[in-house]
Amino acid sequence: MSKQTPLYQKHLEAGARMVNFGGWSMPLHYGSQIEEHHAVRRDAGMFDVSHMTVVDVQGNGARDYLRFLLANDVAKLKVPGKALYSCMLTPEGGVVDDLITYYLSDTFYRLVVNAATRDKDLAWMRGRATGFDVLLQERDDLAMVAVQGPHARDKALSVLDGEVARVADALSPFVGGQAGDWFVGRTGYTGEDGFEIMLPAAETPAFWDRLKAAGVQPAGLGARDTLRLEAGMNLYGQDMDEQVSPLESGLAWTVAFEPAVRDFVGRAALEKQKAAGGLRRFVGLVLEGRGVLRGHMRVLCGAAGEGEITSGGFSPTLGVSIALARVPAGTGERVEVDVRGKPQPARLVKPPFVRNGQACVEI
Amino acid sequence: MSNTPADLRYTKSHEWVRSESDGTVTVGISDHAQELLGDLVFVETPEVGSSQDAGAACAVVESVKAASDVYAPVAGEVVAVNEQLADSPELVNSDPYGEGWLFRLKPADAGAAGGLMDADAYQAMVDAEG
Repeated sequence: MSKQTPLYQKHLEAGARMVNFGGWSMPLHYGSQIEEHHAVRRDAGMFDVSHMTVVDVQGNGARDYLRFLLANDVAKLKVPGKALYSCMLTPEGGVVDDLITYYLSDTFYRLVVNAATRDKDLAWMRGRATGFDVLLQERDDLAMVAVQGPHARDKALSVLDGEVARVADALSPFVGGQAGDWFVGRTGYTGEDGFEIMLPAAETPAFWDRLKAAGVQPAGLGARDTLRLEAGMNLYGQDMDEQVSPLESGLAWTVAFEPAVRDFVGRAALEKQKAAGGLRRFVGLVLEGRGVLRGHMRVLCGAAGEGEITSGGFSPTLGVSIALARVPAGTGERVEVDVRGKPQPARLVKPPFVRNGQACVEI
Repeated sequence: MSNTPADLRYTKSHEWVRSESDGTVTVGISDHAQELLGDLVFVETPEVGSSQDAGAACAVVESVKAASDVYAPVAGEVVAVNEQLADSPELVNSDPYGEGWLFRLKPADAGAAGGLMDADAYQAMVDAEG
């Protein structure tokens, strides 16, 4: 039996096609995935992301604990509310999960981890906490709604209550703020401006209705996936997992090797990989041939060897098929992809493909 | 609730077949099939003039979710394909039995389409799949 978010009935009322995702019954789309995608790029859309796991890390040892647990360095966070994207790694340098950390104070951080990896993450985090003065608390009393798109902020602000609206309106990009039981982050997973709003579960259906009345289009997991792919954002379990290094997943920018004295789980393994060299490249692909790029398709890189698509699909904004792929070092700018048995030409590009409604690559 | 016109024949793999007055048959995918697939983004039609065995994979429809083969419901020669789908694959979603048709066959055996499921049998199969 799949778990249901506080918005489950709202999804059914809206005629959503529901699917199981990470143990949760979630909306795939409400009729047309492509229309939902365009709504987010051109206007405003909302996603139920209540399945994601919120974990509060509190205590005098919170900062030191997270500096050990995470590959990125929470010591970078100086402004209250500031968010940091990071991986947590295995000692071998594989990715346990990727997550967002909001800095509330030196003794209080809020983490948002993936739904499908919830149990593993919580066990892993508890296992690393030995010797640190920290308390980990899962906040399953909170639901989460992401409102995204060029008009998302205006529309959300028009329906938020006074104090929450005041806090939300003042947020810079990648910063969050608390107002009573609510927490609003100016963050997202679409490449558009907007908010991710954590709120008490019981208040969520009414808030969803208010957003809808303000003209915010409900959007499902399908659109969320094509939006994040266009934005060049990784999806855990597809683009990286415990068997692969962040350095081969386009995530080197999230690993803080400086200061050199900071020890974090996986550091030694990553330093060894860097020293050995020959790391595979993580790249964007634009299909120039026919068909649609999909995960696990083989990328034929000539003399450099073979790579693999990690995420692929059709880009509604660009009107072509795009993908993220891991290819051998030394791969040139043109490759072929084995699309259902036929080699099709594709071009390497640097993600993102789309940001703030605009194409970032030449088509 | 999906739409299943009574004047068409259907296959287990969700193609529909319409017998035309000139003896050819037009083939597409059912409303139920397009609904399951989601928004279509790419359609590959067979070559005009090619001959297809009954049950041969001869076209591909790709949605935002996945690629699916389309099978020739009866043996025959491909006499026309829907060229519009190259630029507008979404026609299969918006009008699966009309502008979203895929290809037209000249059947090797003129009566072959009569052996396919009628609308009631197809609808019963879809309902049984739940």
